[in-house]
Amino acid sequence: MLKRLKLPLMLLAAVSLAGCQYDVLVPKGWVGAEQRDLLIISTLLMLIVIIPVLVMAVYFPIKYRADREDTSDYTPEWSHSTKLEIWVWGVPIAIVVALGWFTAVYTHRLDPYRSLEHLTDAQPLEVQAVSLDWKWLFIYPELGVASVNELAIPEGRPINISLSSSTVMNTFWVPALGGMIYSMTGMETKLHLIADETGTFASRSGHYSGPGFDKMVFNTESMTATDFDSWVAKVRAEGDDLSAEAYLQLEKPVIDAPISYYASVDDGLFDRIVGMCVEAGKVCMADMMMQDKMGGGGLAGIGDKDLYEYDRQRSIDGFGNPLDLPAPQLHSEPDDTQHMSALDPAQRDYPFDMKYVCGQTEEKTI
Amino acid sequence: MTMIDTPVTGKVEGPAGPAHHPDHHHESPTPIGFWIYLMSDCIIFGCLFAVYAVLGGNYAGGPAPKDLFEPGFVAIETALLLISSVTFGIAMLQAQKQKLDATITWLLVTGLFGLGFIGMELYEFHHLIHIGAGPDRSGFLSAFFALVGTHGLHVTGGIIWLGTLIVQLKMHGLIEANMRRLSTLSMFWHFLDLVWIGVFSFVYLVRLV
Amino acid sequence: MATEGATQPAETFSPIFGRLTLDWIPYHEPILVATFAGVALGGLIFLALMTYFKAWGPLWTNWVTSIDHKKIGIMYMVLGFVMMVRGFADALMMRAQQALAAGGAEGYLPPHHFDQVFTAHGVIMIFFVAMPFVTGIMNYVMPMQIGARDVAFPFLNNFSFWMTVAGALLINISLFIGEFARVGWLAFPPLSGPSFSTGPGMDYYLWALQIAGIGTTLSGINLVATIFKMRARGMKLFDMPVFTWTALCTNVLIVAAFPVLTATLALLTMDRYLGTHFFTNDLGGNAMMYVNLIWIWGHPEVYILILPIFGVFSEIVATFSGKPLFGYKTMVWATACIMVLSFVVWLHHFFTMGSGANVNTFFGITTMIIAVPTGVKIFNWLFTMYNGRVRFELPMLWVIGSIVTFTIGGMTGVLLAVPPVDFQLHNSLFLIAHFHNVIIGGVVFGVYAAVAYWWPKAFGFKLHDGWGKASFWFWFVGFYFAFMPLYALGLIGATRRVASYSDPAWQPYFITAAFGALLIAAGIACTFICFGYSIYKRKSLAVGNDPWDARTLEWATQSPPQYYNFPQEITVHGRDEFWEMKRRGFTFSTLYTPIHMPKYTGMGAIISAVCLVFGFAMVWYMWWLAIITFLAAIGLGIAHTFNYNRDYYVPTDEIAEIEGKGASV
Repeated sequence: MLKRLKLPLMLLAAVSLAGCQYDVLVPKGWVGAEQRDLLIISTLLMLIVIIPVLVMAVYFPIKYRADREDTSDYTPEWSHSTKLEIWVWGVPIAIVVALGWFTAVYTHRLDPYRSLEHLTDAQPLEVQAVSLDWKWLFIYPELGVASVNELAIPEGRPINISLSSSTVMNTFWVPALGGMIYSMTGMETKLHLIADETGTFASRSGHYSGPGFDKMVFNTESMTATDFDSWVAKVRAEGDDLSAEAYLQLEKPVIDAPISYYASVDDGLFDRIVGMCVEAGKVCMADMMMQDKMGGGGLAGIGDKDLYEYDRQRSIDGFGNPLDLPAPQLHSEPDDTQHMSALDPAQRDYPFDMKYVCGQTEEKTI
Repeated sequence: MTMIDTPVTGKVEGPAGPAHHPDHHHESPTPIGFWIYLMSDCIIFGCLFAVYAVLGGNYAGGPAPKDLFEPGFVAIETALLLISSVTFGIAMLQAQKQKLDATITWLLVTGLFGLGFIGMELYEFHHLIHIGAGPDRSGFLSAFFALVGTHGLHVTGGIIWLGTLIVQLKMHGLIEANMRRLSTLSMFWHFLDLVWIGVFSFVYLVRLV
Repeated sequence: MATEGATQPAETFSPIFGRLTLDWIPYHEPILVATFAGVALGGLIFLALMTYFKAWGPLWTNWVTSIDHKKIGIMYMVLGFVMMVRGFADALMMRAQQALAAGGAEGYLPPHHFDQVFTAHGVIMIFFVAMPFVTGIMNYVMPMQIGARDVAFPFLNNFSFWMTVAGALLINISLFIGEFARVGWLAFPPLSGPSFSTGPGMDYYLWALQIAGIGTTLSGINLVATIFKMRARGMKLFDMPVFTWTALCTNVLIVAAFPVLTATLALLTMDRYLGTHFFTNDLGGNAMMYVNLIWIWGHPEVYILILPIFGVFSEIVATFSGKPLFGYKTMVWATACIMVLSFVVWLHHFFTMGSGANVNTFFGITTMIIAVPTGVKIFNWLFTMYNGRVRFELPMLWVIGSIVTFTIGGMTGVLLAVPPVDFQLHNSLFLIAHFHNVIIGGVVFGVYAAVAYWWPKAFGFKLHDGWGKASFWFWFVGFYFAFMPLYALGLIGATRRVASYSDPAWQPYFITAAFGALLIAAGIACTFICFGYSIYKRKSLAVGNDPWDARTLEWATQSPPQYYNFPQEITVHGRDEFWEMKRRGFTFSTLYTPIHMPKYTGMGAIISAVCLVFGFAMVWYMWWLAIITFLAAIGLGIAHTFNYNRDYYVPTDEIAEIEGKGASV
């Protein structure tokens, strides 16, 4: 018995010694608080059945041990009781029904895609977060600024976060504010959070993403409106320009990158990141999908493969160094070249309208 | 190998029963075992069909089915495989009549049709890769090559099995073990036929419409 | 061990060695060199002893070529325990690293090494520890429980085992030649794809799992056919012991789920070898499809691990309570429910992908529904003890420890099934604590219970009680020390798979966890001492054929059972047949008939060895060797079909002689 008691005591001691911030249990935003509430509701609901089970699991074998004094209650053939079986199925079902109801209600209430404008009259702040190898880029499209590895937000304003990634999957996680959502390449996911108080919240990627993953941490600085304005002013004063070229430089793999600021951001940069077409000459995902809907590029499009390539140029080795892999070879040189457009992008003739046309091909199409 | 199936009596006291009971009262587990294998194989194909359903429209600016597939060609390919299923059926009928030579002849015919099918498929693959529409061109082509290629590999395996079995039939005749192998291969062959009907409709017909 | 400026060996290609160069031998990594020295020394001693005792011949004729389900079962268990040592060494390295690498300290493992360690730990523990354990137990026990002489396809059984061994060996080769994957145990692309995992590590992962996966699928087919076709006369489905029922459901799950893994890994292999675009970011690939596919296999997989253990608990609780299992039919239906439901919950592994509230709600609730039949099972075990005579033998101790631990793990599992809660806890150490809570608390403790329970059946003597109990208490207490801090860390906001962390406040938790891991290490040491000491003391620990007063047919055989299991065929009249036989005062008659048995063959081991070389050749792009071994494997398989002489009859006088020597019921 002593061993059993020792454990929670030791844990308690460890907890009080460490003095950790239990961000999940003591969150600093509405979303996290609701999630915490649901965590506690679910735990309590389950304890209705878990505690009796734990008690019985220890009590029954001891009470009915073979060497007890009075074994007159031994029933060597008893193996069925409809009444008990109804309880055995009924109680867990009842709990799951209750839990299922809470789940349905809370899952819809806390859908990460749902905006938080119902909480407050304050104007939401748009943030576009991109996970790069191995750092976070935050673009503030309304303010035209960006930061790396530091997310500054004003307290009390809903934050509408759009997520994407440059190469592999990550998750965006600010435990003090609420749950995480994956950031994925070529896609845009959404997350809505709000900070109810000011403070510095440890934040990180929650999904393993390669050699620099453990250093892919940043602080979320929740600040008052005035502090936020001066932060923006500081970024504008100190930062560089986040052009497409600067982004391509930035996305190169770096472990443990320092905080940096960008005073201006190219228009539509995030959309081009999502479209995997920041690089000049690449076809954006949205355009590719539209073209595919209309029947693809036909035989003429076979030779256009490099326009759609993305991963290979971003190859890394096991230590996170960029690799220069040889270009993939065609299986055989096609001899009927009249079906192919020449490999010079300038001479290509797109059979469709492009929404985002990137880099220098812009004038040559449409 | 004797396969006498002792009826389940449930009345014999003790395990032994009368002394003349031969051991091994079970019928061969091979048919059911092979069925279970086919079901698991079916799930592999199910995955590949699902992958094709997801990626089938991702041409990545490259060619679509209408640019690549010729209905006539695929129709002949399909006919070859379907006929091979019929000829295998004839071979099975001959085997049941214990006619060894006729069985082998029809198996050889089946094998030839199978080879014709594989030959046409290889020609198509070679042609596609040659014009640059190989499996690395787009998600659609990857899924296409994986699905059709996996089926083709199965047919190739079936042909190798067929050849092996013909040799074994020549060596041992239509003994019980060979009959079991024959019916197992027949299940395999018809299964591949069925899968091909799925491939034909789902990959070739639907996308051409 | 600093890796500043470290790079991967350059990508070269030679016609003979493929991309294997001397640079890929990690002789500059002291940890690996020391490990290699240890393994080489141990291996040499082993080779010398084997040669000295002239054990090679017997090893080949009695074990390697054996198609006896009992010997194969024992070999699976040996494989499981050996690989558990490897997987646990990885665990200790991780615990040590995370106990050190706080607040700017980098610890002793650079990420390049640490990331391989956690990947190897997960892969090994699931595929080469837990899977061999449950397959081994099913292999050993199930045929005897249904009164059969062997499985339906004995050769296939041998082949399946050796393919699993080949996969395990390939993973261990990666330790000393090249590297292992750095992707996490499920290898999500694009990280595991050709651009972001460029070395051979990921290829080791793929080929090891493919080779072992063939073995697992075939073994699943084999055991399903066995249960359907090889039951003793008179045994109806609802007469089968619950362990056999769980084995049936497990193997149906294997047959239905493993093809998905095979297909998924094959597609990823094509991405890496042929440049296809299934899971790439560009050219129409879709990485989310991989995540869906792998979890469509992955979730049933956890039930593949736990269902047989539920069967083990059912047998042990009934035996040691001196009562039939409470609610047999409920138990069977609960197992079947779990089997079916396990295919409709996979999305709960990635609620955070943004599927939308309706989809998340659906999968959250289906997941909770699985908790109902699982809860029912736990209640049934408890009510089996109710009004019974519970004997605290070693197997029962493991079962009680397991029920307590597994229940807690089940509760945290349901928490993670609530999507909004999962948003906060996904990929955190809370999740790690949860699944170790159910896998150690359920599967590992259950396997230990099964080993303690059936050991006397397999070898004719009990395990030493003192060392066995020491092992239990170290494991039990060690588990709580190792994983309760991880729950706390998850609630603090710590994620899995971090080689280092900046917040020094996490460190005390990690140190506590490392202490727990050391306790578990002591538990594992006690296990091996227990095995060794029990073998040493086997004379005084010897027991009869039915030491636990058990209820099911495997105890009607001798201990250890003869190779034909039962001297005569059994006729079954109902549930708990052996219990009834004992009541009737049944004895085997001495009127024997010849017993039909399969012959041993070395072909399974040989083909598997060829497949191992094939896997190695593919990893290193040695195309010539890959082609030769591929053709050789197929050729050998075909050659095997030319062997028509696969069985024989045991003459009656041989049976009479063997039975005369052995103890009777």
